[in-house]
Amino acid sequence: MNIFDMTIHELHAALKGKQISSREATVAMLDRIETIEPQVGSFITVTSEQALTAAKSADERIARGECHLLTGIPMAIKDIFLTEGIRTTCGSRILNNFIPPYSASSWEKLRDRGAVLLGKLNQDEFAMGSSNESSAFGITRNPWDTTCIPGGSSGGSAAAVAARQAIATLGTDTGGSIRQPASHCGCVGLKPTYGRVSRYGVIAYASSLDQVGPLTRDVADCAAMLEAIAGHDPRDSTSVNTAVPDYTATLKGGVKGLKIGLPKEYYIEGLDPDVQRAMDAAIETYRRLGAEFVDISLPHTDYAVATYYLIATAEASSNLARYDGVRFGHRAEADGLLDMYAKSRSEGFGTEVKRRIMLGTYALSSGYYDAYYVKAQKVRTLIMNDFIAAFADVDVLLTPVAPTPAFKIGEKINDPLQMYLSDIFTIPVNLAGTCAMSLPAGFSASGLPIGLQLIGKPFGEETVLRAGYAFEQATEWHLRKAAI
Amino acid sequence: MKYQPVIGLEVHVQLKTDTKIFCGCSTQFGAEPNSQTCPVCLGLPGALPVLNKKVVEFAIKAGLSTNCSITPRSIFARKNYFYPDLPKGYQISQFEDPICQRGWLDIPVEGQENKRIGITRIHMEEDAGKLVHGELSGPGDGSGVDLNRACTPLLEVVSEPDLRSSDEAVIYLKQLHQIVTWLGICDGNMEEGSFRCDANVSVMPVGSDTLGTRAEIKNVNSFKFVKQAIEYEIQRQIDLIEDGGTIVQETRLFDPNSGTTRSMRSKEEAHDYRYFPDPDLVPLVISNEWVERSRQKLPELPGQRQQRFIDDLGLPRYDAEVLTASRALADYFEAGVAAGGNAKAVGNWIMGEITRALNDRGTSIETCPVTPVQLAQLLKLIDTGTISGKIAKTVFDEMWQSGKAPQTIVEEQGLLQVSDISAIESIINDIMAANAGQVEEYRGGKEKVFGFFVGQVMKASKGKANPTVVNELLLNKLKG
Ligand SMILES: [Zn+2]
Repeated sequence: MNIFDMTIHELHAALKGKQISSREATVAMLDRIETIEPQVGSFITVTSEQALTAAKSADERIARGECHLLTGIPMAIKDIFLTEGIRTTCGSRILNNFIPPYSASSWEKLRDRGAVLLGKLNQDEFAMGSSNESSAFGITRNPWDTTCIPGGSSGGSAAAVAARQAIATLGTDTGGSIRQPASHCGCVGLKPTYGRVSRYGVIAYASSLDQVGPLTRDVADCAAMLEAIAGHDPRDSTSVNTAVPDYTATLKGGVKGLKIGLPKEYYIEGLDPDVQRAMDAAIETYRRLGAEFVDISLPHTDYAVATYYLIATAEASSNLARYDGVRFGHRAEADGLLDMYAKSRSEGFGTEVKRRIMLGTYALSSGYYDAYYVKAQKVRTLIMNDFIAAFADVDVLLTPVAPTPAFKIGEKINDPLQMYLSDIFTIPVNLAGTCAMSLPAGFSASGLPIGLQLIGKPFGEETVLRAGYAFEQATEWHLRKAAI
Repeated sequence: MKYQPVIGLEVHVQLKTDTKIFCGCSTQFGAEPNSQTCPVCLGLPGALPVLNKKVVEFAIKAGLSTNCSITPRSIFARKNYFYPDLPKGYQISQFEDPICQRGWLDIPVEGQENKRIGITRIHMEEDAGKLVHGELSGPGDGSGVDLNRACTPLLEVVSEPDLRSSDEAVIYLKQLHQIVTWLGICDGNMEEGSFRCDANVSVMPVGSDTLGTRAEIKNVNSFKFVKQAIEYEIQRQIDLIEDGGTIVQETRLFDPNSGTTRSMRSKEEAHDYRYFPDPDLVPLVISNEWVERSRQKLPELPGQRQQRFIDDLGLPRYDAEVLTASRALADYFEAGVAAGGNAKAVGNWIMGEITRALNDRGTSIETCPVTPVQLAQLLKLIDTGTISGKIAKTVFDEMWQSGKAPQTIVEEQGLLQVSDISAIESIINDIMAANAGQVEEYRGGKEKVFGFFVGQVMKASKGKANPTVVNELLLNKLKG
C-alpha cells in the first residue's frame, strides 16, 4: 500500500508499529505533491522544510512512546488558517506577502499533537466562492476530472485529500465550503456546530457563519480530527464551553431505530438525476440498516440563499475593512491616504470579493439596513426555527449536498447567481448554526463523486458521525480513488 | 430677540483598567509606540475580541452612580469607517441596547434648587490609536501610527440636551468628573485625554419649544475650554441668525489657541457608520444579582458624603464641598476626625497647611507624608496648650520632613509652650529696660506700640511663650 493512500488510522498503526517513520511518510507525501500538483493545483504554499523538521520531532516523540493518533501524520490546511512564520494569503493578492506572527487555535491543536504540516491549501479568495476559481493563486482542478472544479471554497482541502496529497486537511465552511467540495471530490467533510471549534486565527469571512472542520478519507478519521480541534477557546467568545465527547468511542453504535428526516424542500424538481439516484440508494441502505424515515418540511428553505447573501456579505464588508494597506498586506503606490486605500483595495481584491463587499456595504447602509440586514436576521431566525421543529421529531436529516456533481471549470464563473445556487442545500445549516457532514454516496454517469449530507442537531456531531460510519461500513464509495 | 442656548454633552471616560477592553495588553500611558499591542488590538486577520469583565464592572458602577438602569442584555456593535488609527476599519462600540440607560445627575445651580440633567445612555467602546506626524526617524515625511491606545476601554456618557448655559455645562462636567474619579474607574487626567468632551450646541428664541439646529463641537479637553467653546459657539450661532443666516448641522472643531470653532464636516459629509451587531461578541447578559452586588459595593458618593459632613460633623457647606473634592481627601479628613481631631480644626488644617504644602511640592493627598493620625495628635497638642498655634506650624513642617510624631518633635526641639509667669515676666522686664523710649511712647498714649512689645517677647522666647499670658502681663507692666 502506498503511504499516500493511507487513512490517519492506517498510517498511525504503521507509525506506532515502527514500520514507517513520520519522515518517510512526509517525504512520500512531498514527492506525491510534487508529482501531482501540476495537474491539480491544491496548494498555495508547500512547506517542505518545516514539514521535515516537524516529522523529525514527531519521530522523536514516537520513539519516546508519545504517539497520539495524529502524531507524525502529514496534513495540509486551507490558507485561511494563520500559521506563525508561514505565509498566509487566504487566496488573495492583498495578503500576497502576509507572514502572520501567530497561529490559528485549531492548527495549534493539531500541531501540538504532533501533526506535520505539508503546506497551505488553495481556496476561493477570502472563502468567497463555490468553485475555487476566485483564488488569486490559480484554479484548483478536480482530481476525478481535471476539467471540472473541485468545489469551494475549501477546494484545495478537498482536492488534496482526493488526490492523496495529504492524509487529512482542514477547511472552513461558511455556506457549504467544506461539504460541497468534499462532495465533489469524494471525501468526507464535516462542518461542526457553530461554536464547537475555535475561530481564533482563522481569517474571517462571515463571523456568525464561519466554522472550522476536517476533510478526510473516511468517517473514523473525521471523528479523530474533530476530537482534536473541538473545544472551548477563551480567545474566541463565540466558542462554546461544553465538553468534547469521545466521537470515536460512539462511532460503531449503528443506526437501528435512528429517525432520519427527509426535508421535502431538498428533493426538488431539477435535482440532477444521478444525485437523486444516489440519494434513493442511500435511503435504501439506511432502511436496510434499521433506520426509520420521516418526511419533514423546512418551509423557509427557499429564502436561505438570499438571507445568506445579505448576512454573509454584510459581515464580510466589515471584516475585510482591515485590509487597507496601512499595517500589512498589499499597499499600492498612491498620492495621499484616500488614494492609497482605494488603490490598495482595488488592486488587492478580486472581482467576487469586491462584489460581496459592495453588496454587504449596501445592505448595512443607512436607509437600507432595516429592509435588508434586519429582515435577513429575522428570516434567519425562521430558518433556525424550522430546524428546531424538525429535530423535535427526527435525529438527523438526510439530503443531497449539492444539486449537481462538479461542474466544468469556467461554466459558472460569469454567472454569480447560478454559482450561488450550488450551495442551496448547505447554506441553511450555517444559518441555523448546526452541524452537517458530507460523505461519499455514489458517482455520476460520467464518474464524478456524489455526496450525501447528514444534518445533525446543534452539538449532535456524535449522531452524525455514527450515522455516517454505519453508511460507510455498508458501502464502498469511500474506498474508490481518483485515478490521478 | 433673546436666545436660549441648548447644550448636551458627550463625555468619553477612559477607564482605569490594567488591561485593554478586548485583549490582555497593558493600558499604561506613555510606553514606547506599539509596544503594548497584540494581534487583537493590531486588528490582525483572524484575531477576535474577548470582553474584559472589569470594564463591565466599571460601567455598571458608573451607571448606578448616575441613576441609570442597567440593561439586562446589551449588545456590542461595529461602527465602520476607515482611518489609519482604527486598525480593524471598525470600532467596537455599543449602539442599540447600551449597558446603561436613562439616568440623571442633579447639579447645583446658583440661586435655585438643584437642576436635574438627564443622562440618555452610557456605553462601552474601544479607543482608537494615535497618529504621530513628523516625528518618524525613518526616511520621508510620512506619518506613523501608534496603536498602544487602540482598544483601551472607554465609556461614553451622553447627556440629554438639558443644559442651558456654559456654566451649567461646566458644573455638570465637573460633577461627572468627580464621580468617575471618586469611583476609581478613571484617573480624570484631561491633559492625557482620560476625560474628554464633545458638546452639542444649539440656540432657540426664548420661549420657543422647537430646538434649533445643532453643531457638534469636538476636542474640548478642559473645563476652561468647554466654557470657552460653548460660549463662542452660542455667540456664533446667534450672530449668524441675526444676520439672516441659517445654522447647518455640522461637526466643528474647537481651536484652543484662538478660542474659536471651525467647521470640520457637514451633515452631508457625515459618515454612514453602518452600525450592526458585532458577530464576534455574544450579547452581554447582566443579571439582577450582578447589579445588586455592584450596588452594595458602591462607595458613598461625594454628594452623600458632603451631606453627612454637614449633618453629622457640623461642617459648613463650603468646607464639606472642599473636603469631598476627591475621595482620598475625604478619607483623609475622616481618618483625622476618627483619630480624635476636632472636625472643624482638622478641616481647617487640611484646607490650609496641608493643601498649601501639597501644592508647593506638586503632590497629592495620597502621598501626604503626615498621616491623619499624626495631624490629630498635633491638633491635640494645640488644644491642651502644650504648643502654640504658631509653633504648631513649625512642628508640622518638621513632621512633613522627618515623618516623626509631633510629640517627639516638640520634646526633641524643646518647643513646649512657656506659660510660666515668672519666666515670661523676666523676659518682659529685660525688654522694657532695653526699650525705655517705646515704654514712654506707650504711656504717652501711643497704644500701637503694644504690638511691638508682643513681638519682641515672642521673639525672645523663640515663639514658645503662651500668647495669652504674654498679653496679660505686658498690659499690666506697661500700664505701670
Ligand atoms: Zn492587545
